[in-house]
Amino acid sequence: MKVLLKLVSAVAVIVAAASVTFFAQLAVPGDRATVLMNLQTGQDRKWTDAELAPLNAQFGFKDPIIVQYLHYVGGLFRGDLGTSYTQKRPVTEVIGGQLLPSLTLTVSALAVAWVLAIAGTLLTARRGRILSGLGAAWEALTASLPHYWVGVVLLVVFAVQLRMFPIIGGTSAWGSVLPVLTLAIPLAGFLGQVTRDEFEQVMAQPFVTTARTRGMSDFGVRLRHVLRHAVLPAITLSGWALGALVAGAVIAENIFGRPGIGQVLVTAVNTRDVPTVSGIVLVVAAIYVVANLLVDLAYAIVDPRLGASR
Amino acid sequence: MTRRLPSAGTLVALLVVVLIAIAALTPGLLTGRGPTEIDLHATLLAPSWAHPFGTDDAGRDLLTRVIYGARQSMGIGLGATGVAFAIALVLGFAAGLAGGVVDTAITRVLEVAFAFPALLLALLVISVRGPSVATVIAAVGIGSAPGYARMVRGQVLAVRQAGYIEAAAALGHSRLAVVRRHLFPNAVRPLVAVATLGVGQSVVWASGLSFLGLGVAPPDSEWGALLDAGRVHITTSWWLEILPGVVIVLVALAVTTLGRNLQHLLGGAAR
Repeated sequence: MKVLLKLVSAVAVIVAAASVTFFAQLAVPGDRATVLMNLQTGQDRKWTDAELAPLNAQFGFKDPIIVQYLHYVGGLFRGDLGTSYTQKRPVTEVIGGQLLPSLTLTVSALAVAWVLAIAGTLLTARRGRILSGLGAAWEALTASLPHYWVGVVLLVVFAVQLRMFPIIGGTSAWGSVLPVLTLAIPLAGFLGQVTRDEFEQVMAQPFVTTARTRGMSDFGVRLRHVLRHAVLPAITLSGWALGALVAGAVIAENIFGRPGIGQVLVTAVNTRDVPTVSGIVLVVAAIYVVANLLVDLAYAIVDPRLGASR
Repeated sequence: MTRRLPSAGTLVALLVVVLIAIAALTPGLLTGRGPTEIDLHATLLAPSWAHPFGTDDAGRDLLTRVIYGARQSMGIGLGATGVAFAIALVLGFAAGLAGGVVDTAITRVLEVAFAFPALLLALLVISVRGPSVATVIAAVGIGSAPGYARMVRGQVLAVRQAGYIEAAAALGHSRLAVVRRHLFPNAVRPLVAVATLGVGQSVVWASGLSFLGLGVAPPDSEWGALLDAGRVHITTSWWLEILPGVVIVLVALAVTTLGRNLQHLLGGAAR
């Protein structure tokens, strides 16, 4: 029942998000058919009604707003996100092939960030002043680094100076290392901060002392008991992080010339192809909603107390 | 979450912010050169004593361009934070004071807004309006408003419960007077620290948009635009990318440090 309710509200959020992008398309200044005609011909002038008629018919600009709205939102359920202004192809076709490389990039980055954050916490949290201070300082620094700068530094150091990686990596595994790190390093700092705070609190809990008196090794206690508690807040934040990562992916793909929705998005914003931008924004919103559903599930697995109450 | 930072760090942060403020207000104090002075005999020079940040492909001194860029970058950051808080205060107070249907409606709208990553929301605004300085301010402001709106609402709800509000109402003050004299100042004070943190964020985001070529365009020396302009020379002239980036990171760190200190001073838990 709970799960069903969550699904319904997830669909509601996506429909509402579609309403936002629909009205964004209406908000383009000027007559849309004229804007479009100028975009497609590269001219800047007025057009007669007869010249604009085919465009108006194709995009339905002259239909009542409510009809256009229902058509757009209804299209979501048919897998139709409208037609690109500049490429004159369905938006789903424009985005479709680009989605997988971007998703691979973000999901790998999330995984790498988790590994870095957990390794940092396990190795440095509560390990004396110097070590834990260094760990915390590293996390505070990396968490505040903008994606574009991390990407550029990695590119200059490892691709240009050391020539360890290709400058334009494509989607090969070796070429993906730097883009993944670009996204993972700031996120690892952020997740690490959250995990470390929780980890240090849990280390002071009585059950930790109990585990130690049972003769459990220090590393065992940290890994088996403390970490399990300490990762909870970071799991909650991972759903949010995936949305932020897609935004970061736009930048990383741009820096490393990696195919993906980032390239399509930047081109679309530049050419003011609002339907394509809207389509990408909607897809990302949907990914975010799905990711948060998954987070709820993951939570129930890691923390059985929550599972029982559902 | 917050850690007490050593005062040395705070002092450095203060120094950075003061320097940036001087650069933004009177850039001529910090450099004798002009931001558009071209010297074709000194193109793409690596950093040296004469040119601490090196020069670009037109022989312009990069440090000078960074100094002159401070006004635009910080202006956009402050403006965007202002836009974000204006929206957040209206939505947050409407939701927190009206309650009921209004509150539910605004909370739902915010929930939907959270499904859009801020950068994408900003890009949507730019694709509708076309790139310009005003659009970047609006885009970054709108992109970051939902988070603040939720904080304002929480703050209003928390302060409403306070004893002194009840006391003021019991003393016969009008609803408007209670909101203006007691609720507003107390709800907003802790948010000053959040706004300070927000300025750092906004500078980073706005320069990210310019970096993508979707914000301020390269002839200007806004920091993101500098990064964008330097990209074609990345294989030969690393300083064009790395050094303006270091400045952005330093400013963001400094502003964040000051914001954290303000948070301790002003007290109050802004989530």
